[in-house]
Amino acid sequence: MRSDASSAARGRSRVTAVTLYVLLVAASVPFLYPTLWMFFSSFKPANEIFLQPPTLLPGEWTLDGFAQVFTAQPFLQQYGNSMYIAAIVTVASILLSAMAGYAFARIRFPLRNVAFTLMLAAMMVPTEVTIIPIFTAVNAMGLNNTHWPLIILPILGPTAVVSVFIFRQHFLSFPKEYEEAARLDGVTRAGVFFRIALPLAKPAIAAVGIMAFLRSFNMYFEALIFLRTPENFTLGLAITRYQDFYGEQMWNTQLGAASLTVVPILVVFLIAQKQFVQGLAQTGLKG
Amino acid sequence: MTARTSAANDRRVVPSRRPRPDGDRWLGVAFVAPQVLGVIILGVVPFLFVIWYSFNEWRPLTGEMKFIGLDNYSRLFADPTFSASVIASLLFSAGVLVLNLVIAISLAVLLNRRMKGITAFRTIFFSPVVVSVVAWSVTWGFLLAPDGGLNGALRLLGIDGTNWLADSSTALISLVVVQVFKGVGMNMVLFLAALQSVPEEIREAAQLDGASPWKSFWSITVPMIAPTILLTGILTTIGSLEVFAPVQLLTGGGPGDATNVLPFFLYRTAFVSQQFGYASAIGVVLFAIILTLTMLQWTSRRKWVHDEV
Repeated sequence: MRSDASSAARGRSRVTAVTLYVLLVAASVPFLYPTLWMFFSSFKPANEIFLQPPTLLPGEWTLDGFAQVFTAQPFLQQYGNSMYIAAIVTVASILLSAMAGYAFARIRFPLRNVAFTLMLAAMMVPTEVTIIPIFTAVNAMGLNNTHWPLIILPILGPTAVVSVFIFRQHFLSFPKEYEEAARLDGVTRAGVFFRIALPLAKPAIAAVGIMAFLRSFNMYFEALIFLRTPENFTLGLAITRYQDFYGEQMWNTQLGAASLTVVPILVVFLIAQKQFVQGLAQTGLKG
Repeated sequence: MTARTSAANDRRVVPSRRPRPDGDRWLGVAFVAPQVLGVIILGVVPFLFVIWYSFNEWRPLTGEMKFIGLDNYSRLFADPTFSASVIASLLFSAGVLVLNLVIAISLAVLLNRRMKGITAFRTIFFSPVVVSVVAWSVTWGFLLAPDGGLNGALRLLGIDGTNWLADSSTALISLVVVQVFKGVGMNMVLFLAALQSVPEEIREAAQLDGASPWKSFWSITVPMIAPTILLTGILTTIGSLEVFAPVQLLTGGGPGDATNVLPFFLYRTAFVSQQFGYASAIGVVLFAIILTLTMLQWTSRRKWVHDEV
């Protein structure tokens, strides 16, 4: 193999490069096509959605679907609901899980290992399992059809454990010298965390922030259980409720609402994707 | 491995050089308190209630709660819907786990090189992760419909498609596909990071020794990314056993009970037929399955993960 002439090797590597590109393009279809189809189909008149043979681009471009998005439901308000809930969840998750992750990694306190094991074990208890007592408690507190459960559960519930874990992994590899130098200068432990460790934890903050935002934005089961009136719906729930007077699905309207939900976040992702992916890559989940 | 290093570091701290004020301990407690209390109040305590409820007959519409011992469980194990549901959950989970890890690792290996346009492909494969799960499911619902995009494309190739989501032989695998393409980009990124920490020299040395790329993948790459395989495997398994939105939006558990996975069965039992006690027993079983599968993977690690996680 080593005795191959270098030109032959180069020729072969060009062949493998072409094969690789063909392979990657083919693999892209199921990842990319649904989103593209959703986007372009929201500009189609309803009768084009199931046109045969199927088309990606509209034959006739129309904004009818989008117009109905806002008239059939209080879509702007629903958008606002999802955004403010996701914003609170993201900020609170970063702060609280960073504090917990730092303490688990760097501070010795009673029952530390017990508490950490408990957290890891709780990852195995999905919301679906505990939804009945949570539902009755939320009802008893009069918080049904409010956003409270959708804010509190992702910040403090078992789904937040991954964030704590990511921060713990991050702070375990945080150089001790930085902290010791600051401590010798008389900075308190809390000061070390807020002024040194946390500002230097950008990759972990990015990872946890993205995951918390997406977790909140994807929250469908809890929204379905707790939200009753359209003004309180979050986007995921709203997308499923586009029906006309006869109970028929309004296809292009539904796709329009889906596009309006997805496209802004996709754009943000495309702009910030380097930080996005790097942050996730450095989560410490790689072992 | 990281945990052990930190413990070693802790021991090396010289107490005389810098005092370790007792206040630190309380700061530690205060720092973890919100999350630990949150997990106890929103996870552990509700779970204990679920166990208790599962021993009761409780229909919230009539309000009465009556202790019936293990009756819910004996009813459950005699219920054909339940066995179908367990099978659907296990098949779904196995399908997602295998497909997700195989695709995630393959894509990561393909993308782990310097070539023009590689970043664009990474972006494409990751993009469904940021698409809302409802929008993603609804869109696939259109594409998998009898006269939807997939069958239209197949027809152009002269193949007659089926009603993917309503045919009992294809409904579950269709859901697996929807779930895998939605989330596999996340695992791919984690594997890419793991691959980048595999030193290039080791692989080159193996190749010089005459190992084929296939052989060096199995004997060098896989062992070195084993900790990532373990962690993503566990997280993907747990995630797949919690699946809800695609099922509710695409198949409603059908046809028959072919896709009636446990979370969906639980949801319908609790919130449609209003049987909280019976639904709680389903919840306990769902937890038992998650626990068993997680423990199986975790204890198996000694056989194939040399580097401790």
